[in-house]
Formats: sequence, C-alpha cells, structure tokens
Amino acid sequence: MSSLELNKETGPREVFCGLTSIVWLHRRMPDAFFLVVGSRTCAHLIQSAAGVMIFAEPRFGTAILEEKDLAGLADAHEELDRVVNNLISRRPEIKTLFLVGSCPSEVIKLDLATVAEKLNKRYLGQVRFVNYSGSGIETTFTQGEDGALKALIPIMEDTEDDKLLLVGTLANNVEDRFKKIFNNLGISKVESFPPRQSTELPKIGKNTKVLLTQPYLSDTVRDLKHRGCQIITAPFPLGVEGSTKWFLAAAKAFKINELKVHEIIAPLTSRAKIALESHIKILRGKKLFLLPESQLEISLARFLHNECEMELIEVGTPYLNKDLMEEELNLLPESTKIVEGQHVEKQLDRVRESNPDLVVCGMGLANPLEAEGINTKWSIEMVFSPIHGIDQAADLAALFSRPLKRNQILTSKTLVTQ
Amino acid sequence: MELTLWTYEGPPHVGAMRIASSMKDIHYVLHAPQGDTYADLLFTMIERRGKRPPVTYTTFQARDLGGDTAELVKRNIKEAVERFKPKTLLVGESCTAELIQDQPGALAKGMGFDIPIVNLELPAYSKKENWGASETFYQLIRTISKEKVNKINKINPKRWQTSGRRPKVNLLGPSLLGFRCRDDVIEIQRILSEQGIDTNVVAPLGASPDDISRLTDAEINVCLYPEIAETSCEWLKRNFGMEYTTIIPIGIKNTINFINEVHSKLDLPLTNKEELENKSKLPWYSKSVDSNYLTGKRVFIFGDGTHAISAAKIAQEELGFEVVGLGTYSREMARQVRATAKDLKLEAIITNNYLEVEDAMKKASPELVLGTQMERHSAKRLGIPCAVISTPMHVQDVPARYSPQMGWEGANVIFDDWVHPLMMGLEEHLIDMFKHDFEFVDGHQSHLGHTTSKFPNLNDTEKEEEIKDKKDIVWTDSGRTELTKVPFFVRGKVKSNTEKYAISRGIPEISDETLYDAKAFFS
Repeated sequence: MSSLELNKETGPREVFCGLTSIVWLHRRMPDAFFLVVGSRTCAHLIQSAAGVMIFAEPRFGTAILEEKDLAGLADAHEELDRVVNNLISRRPEIKTLFLVGSCPSEVIKLDLATVAEKLNKRYLGQVRFVNYSGSGIETTFTQGEDGALKALIPIMEDTEDDKLLLVGTLANNVEDRFKKIFNNLGISKVESFPPRQSTELPKIGKNTKVLLTQPYLSDTVRDLKHRGCQIITAPFPLGVEGSTKWFLAAAKAFKINELKVHEIIAPLTSRAKIALESHIKILRGKKLFLLPESQLEISLARFLHNECEMELIEVGTPYLNKDLMEEELNLLPESTKIVEGQHVEKQLDRVRESNPDLVVCGMGLANPLEAEGINTKWSIEMVFSPIHGIDQAADLAALFSRPLKRNQILTSKTLVTQ
Repeated sequence: MELTLWTYEGPPHVGAMRIASSMKDIHYVLHAPQGDTYADLLFTMIERRGKRPPVTYTTFQARDLGGDTAELVKRNIKEAVERFKPKTLLVGESCTAELIQDQPGALAKGMGFDIPIVNLELPAYSKKENWGASETFYQLIRTISKEKVNKINKINPKRWQTSGRRPKVNLLGPSLLGFRCRDDVIEIQRILSEQGIDTNVVAPLGASPDDISRLTDAEINVCLYPEIAETSCEWLKRNFGMEYTTIIPIGIKNTINFINEVHSKLDLPLTNKEELENKSKLPWYSKSVDSNYLTGKRVFIFGDGTHAISAAKIAQEELGFEVVGLGTYSREMARQVRATAKDLKLEAIITNNYLEVEDAMKKASPELVLGTQMERHSAKRLGIPCAVISTPMHVQDVPARYSPQMGWEGANVIFDDWVHPLMMGLEEHLIDMFKHDFEFVDGHQSHLGHTTSKFPNLNDTEKEEEIKDKKDIVWTDSGRTELTKVPFFVRGKVKSNTEKYAISRGIPEISDETLYDAKAFFS
C-alpha cells in the first residue's frame, strides 16, 4: 500500500447523495417504506434516479417541507406525524418505516430520532420506525445504505450463536449462491444483513463473524464491532480473485482448511476464467479512468487490472476508509494513483489529457464524454446489477467490455450530438 | 408538509437550469450540496445532450456550515467565471442553500466582474420548476435589457412597413425539457417564413445573451409556451410596447387563429387564407370515413396547462371526440384550464397528485387518455390506450424523428399519435362484426397489444358479489347476457349507468330490458 499515490481533492462534485441508495434498499426489503423528510429536490432526485413511474405506488416517498413547516419546528413535527399517520393507514402492509433525513431537514435540525421514538410508542407491535440521514451534506451515494443499516443495529437482538453474517445488500440470486457455497464449506449458519424482510433482522453477538459484501459500510462495521461482532478482513467479492480471497478469509475465521476452499471453488474458478476470456481480449491493455461515485471504484480497479489486464490511469473515490480498504489497496499495482474527493472540472481536465479508453462515471457526465469521443460506463449500474461472486465475474467484466465492443461496431467518430 | 410519491415538476432551480442549459454563453453557479447534480442527468440522459449543463455546484458539506460558506461560494463563482468565461452569469441557490442565507447573488455582484449578473431568488419551498424557468427567463431579459428602458421609443408593430423590410418576430418560451420544443420552433419558423415574416430571435433555446439584447429589433413577440415566457412577454410589452401573441398554434384551428393574430398585430394582410385549411392532413384524415369511428370517443386529458387546453380543443372540435375529463398540474395555468373545462361542462382537475388523477381517470372511464408519462402508466394499469401530450419529460418524448406538436406538421403528428393507440376504424368495425366468432377472445383490443381491460367484467364472480352487497341489486341472466354484448371498452360505463338508473327507479333486478331503458334514458 505504501507505494500507492494517495491524493485528496476538494471542489465541486458530481456525485449522488445518500438518498439514492433507497433505490436498491426498498427492493431488498419489500415490507419497508422509506420516507424522506426533505424538499421537492429530494423527491425529484429519487424519482429521476429510480424511474418511479412504473410503480403504482412506490415504497418510498417524500414528505416535502413547505414554507409553513420552516416557520416553526413544533409545526414540522406535527406535520410529519400527520403525514406518517396518513401513510400508514393507506399502506397497512408496511412493517418498518425509515424516516430519512435530508439536507434541508438536517439544516433546520429536525429531530427525526425523537419523532421515530414517539411513533414507535404509538405503533408498537404494528410498525417499527428507524431514522437515518441520507443528506448530501453528510453522505455520498452508497453511504445511504451505511446509514440505514447502522440505524437497524440497535434493534437487533443479542445471540451467542456462532454464525456468519454477510453485511451489505446483495442481489437475491447472488446471496443464494453464496449461502450454498458457504454451506458446502461447512459453514451452515449464514445470515444476511439487510435481510429480505425488515422484520427478520439477524441476531448478533460476540460469536457473530461479519463478512462485508460492500465496501461502503464504515459506520455499520463500527457499530457491529461495538456489539461484539468479529469483523473478518478481506477484499470484496468482486471478480475471481476478490471472491476467492473473500471465501478464504471466511473459511479461516471458521478454521476451515484452505485446501477445502480451493477444492470447492475450483470448478467455479475455472469456468469463470473461461467466461472472462472473451472480455479480457477486449479490455487487455486499455486505459481506465474511474471517477468517484459508488465507492466500489477501488475494488473495480483491482478486478479490472489484475484479472482483465487494464491499465489504471486514476482511481477516484468519494472518500477513502483506509482500514476497511486495506486488503484491496494491497492488491492494487504499484504507484496506482488514487484520488479521494473531487474537483469535477479539474478531474475532467485530467480525463481529457490522459486519453483513456474507458471512463467509469456518473450519468450526468457519460453522454457529454461520449460526445467528446471518450468511451464511458456509468457507475450506477454497478449497484443495480448482480456483480458479486465468482460466477458473476464475467458479467461484471461485460459491463466494461460492452461499451468498447459497441464502439468497435459503431465506427463514426464525428457525431453531432446537439 | 405534503406527502409526495412522484411529482410532475421539479424544484424551481431545475427550471433555472432549463433556461441556462438552453442557452449559449451563460453559466449558472448554484449554491447547493452534494447530490443536487442529479439534475444534470435530466439533460444528458433524458434529452441525450452531448454537453453538460453549464452549471457549477458549490457542493457545500456539513463541515462547511460551521465555517465560511460564503467564501466557498465566492471561490466557485471565481473559478466558474475564469474557466467558462460566460457573457452572463446566473447565480442562485437550491433548497438547502436557501436556508443558510449566504446570498450568493449579492456576493457575486460584489466581486467586480464586468459581465451582467442575474441574481436568482427562487423560493424552493413554495414554487416549482416551470415557475423557476419563467422567473429565470424574465430576470435574465430584465437584467440584460433594463438599460434600454425609457431610452428607446415604444415599438410600433407596423414600423417594418416604413423600413422596407419583412416584419420580424421573436419566438419566446422554447426550452430544453419542454415538450417537443426543438421541433415546434422549426415548424413555427417555417410557417411564419411562408407568410413573409422573419424570425429575429428564438429564446431561450439556442440564444445567447447577445441575442437577448436584440429582442427589441423585432416588432412583436410570439409567446409559444406561456408557462415559460408569459411573464417575460408582459414585461417587454410594458417597457417597450412590444405586443405578444396569446394563441398557441397547436391544432389546425389554433394554428390558423395564430396566423391571423400575428398578421393582425403586424398589420400584415393575410392573402392565403384558403390555402391554410389544406396545409395539414388532419382535417381530411379526420373527415375520411375511416374516422367515423372516432365520433364521440371518450377522452381524458391531463398535462401542463398549454398542452391540456390545446388537446381539449383538438379532441372536441377537430377529431370529434368527447372530452370526459380535463386537468393540469400547473397551478399557474389553473384559471385557464378551469375556464376550458367549464366550456366543456366539466370540472377541471387541478392537482399535483397523480393518484388523484388516476382516480378521476377511473371514474371517467375514457376510451383514450391524453396525459403525461405518468398517465400513460396509470392508463396501462387500467387497460386504456394512451398518448403522451405533455411534460414531465421522458426519453420517449425526445424522438429521433421530426415530431412537432405545433403547426401543420404538429397536427399530422397529433392525428397519428392519438389515433393509433385506438383501434383503427375499419379494424374496429371488422372486430365488432366478427366478435362472436370463436377466433376472437373477449377483450381483443388493438394491434398495439394492450393489457386486458380492467373494467368490471360480468364473468368475474367476485366483482358480482361485491355489487350485490353494495347496491342490493341483481343482474338477471338476460341482463347479464346483454351486457356481455356491449363492447368491453364501454361496458364499465354502461354497467354503472344501468345500475344508477335501476337504483334511482327502485328497480331491484336488471334485465335486458332495464339495460335498454337505461340506455335510452342516458342517450
């Protein structure tokens, strides 16, 4: 890690705020509702990011603050009470209601914790209320999930049972695959957090061994540690290498022989390598520039360099938790340039100067870069697609090879885009 | 506090972004936290723009709040001006920045730049996107043109006659994220040009601050989208005497009325009056016998004010539909929409809540919905065909082909877009003739493959029970059989009307005769 080039940058950012993670969290827990307490901007952000119209009534919404709510705080609490009551009578199937703080609710210091506490008493046995902040002044994109999970920890019961706890939202099919593999390894009790139903929260305690599936859960990890959980340090299960080391780390924690792990995952690894071949052919030697957004950038860079043979120009990340990312940083090639934070204009200058073959960026930047003749992959897809695990390694690579392949098919370089 | 699951309009600063992104040589410094950059994707993804919106977000964080956010604003303004070298700078704040009151506009004005600075105050907790766009456009024009106020003579719309040139007009209102604005502008310019009228400036779409400063070179303004341009047109009229048009050229009648209005304001004789009727295929297509089947089709309309009002007129007068519901989400246009609804003997639906719109749609049991993308989804759930006539913008509303709503070609596009989701006349006739053949399953609808109708169906025993319970009336076998013969798309309406009739007359059992009695009563 010492040989990496770590930089910090500040300035205007082009990154989503933590509210955006509601888009996948609500799908993970279909019995939960996410109520943002915010402005019309918050409502517009979520619907723009989520394509809400396909739902008759989505399982997330915004209590939009109006002028009269800003006048006096007591009013705002009462108003929120009224909105929640209406919501619950309309949607009796809701079991957990997340009150999600936003930039404006944080600035006016709306005390959502107190509101949640009051509501918990009123709806005891019917709906559970938790609160967290997804505000852009405190959180980026995926940090919203960190906040939501952290908010659930205090209501998770204690247990002394030995178990493996997978922490971080996974696609259901990936989760099933992982559980099957762990069972084959001899780890029988494997649970997930967040669970598929908000009411089925795992119990935790000193014999709970936590294995992270996502790299953006700093606060959740800290609070799980406080509850006595043991944290398994490992790279993240992206690509064959990351997933293998991830399984190995879990096996070690459960004192399972390394050979057994290799024996069980060997067939997976060899078929994954075959599947990866066609993508490596396209990606090999191509120069990659990752802009900060999903916080998966470091793991993706490691996968795309080590397994897909891409060259790394710059790896942007919204923030860097060196402890959590240590294993990943160790796997990066020497002198990789990592930039924490962003000054979007300066970073785009560097993109243009470095002439990359592929830029991983947000949706606001993708088409403008394409119009300049720079290939892009938008990063939000990474948090919606099943990309974790050995069996998904080729799918993950495909997300990056597809734009390059497409560019080979479409040869015109001088498009009029306006 | 208002619970919102989905909203028709964004916040007002997104309206300001629409103006800034529509124009050239403008930059907008927006005092806003991380995350507000989501709005960029409306332009780059939905409109597939190959350019970033010209917006710098100050991106303040919680830790900045204790310190000097004003310094952060100034740093961003300085960098933006140096990097982008705009000819005019817009400065404003999003919802959160409004609360911390840094007054970025005032800060910018104190920094000694030699470019016009427009200080945008867009109250985020009471106003919405279209208002924000309108206000921004107005403030921009005002800032650039205010020096000329009282310095130039009131504009005489006839002055072109003595200057030995064709009359000139400005087209005001078209913007990015506006419904089919790109193509409307081309269509209207073409029509005006054919009439011997030149376009001086189109704004905001494609205009620069220099263009704004020469708005007064035109004789009159064409207000294409009142939601965006009416305030500006009014200001230009008040200060420079510039007349502006009030008729929106959507549909044949209003395109002709619009041409008349422009000619009369310019005192330009209209010499090709007869020709105008034949410029679009809509009148003939609507008259041709295949369209007989459109007569009295029940249509439900919801959208922005301009497009909803225009749609009602076209539906009623040019296609021979029956308008059974009309509404808008634009509070600013509520008065006009109410007036149009009143003429149609309807009560306008003025709401920002799509669930209320869906309920109203259900009650009206229309055969066609003309709405926004949200109404398209609601209609899909109800099994009703739908055409989209209004923003909020969706990637489908930015078609690759030339597809205006205004003018002659706009009328052609409207005929196709509205009629194709319905069954074609001949096809409908054939299906009606052969519907009892075994090849035709009940619910056969159109070639577009809509989902089965969700209207009450008598085969559905559950619903039958429900009706018995609720209304204490019974459908006899003969009544039931007769009801299945009613085309499925009006069956719901016929059923509820017959029940209403039966209840009002105290008839406990509905037979085939009751159904015909009710039919006669309501016709």
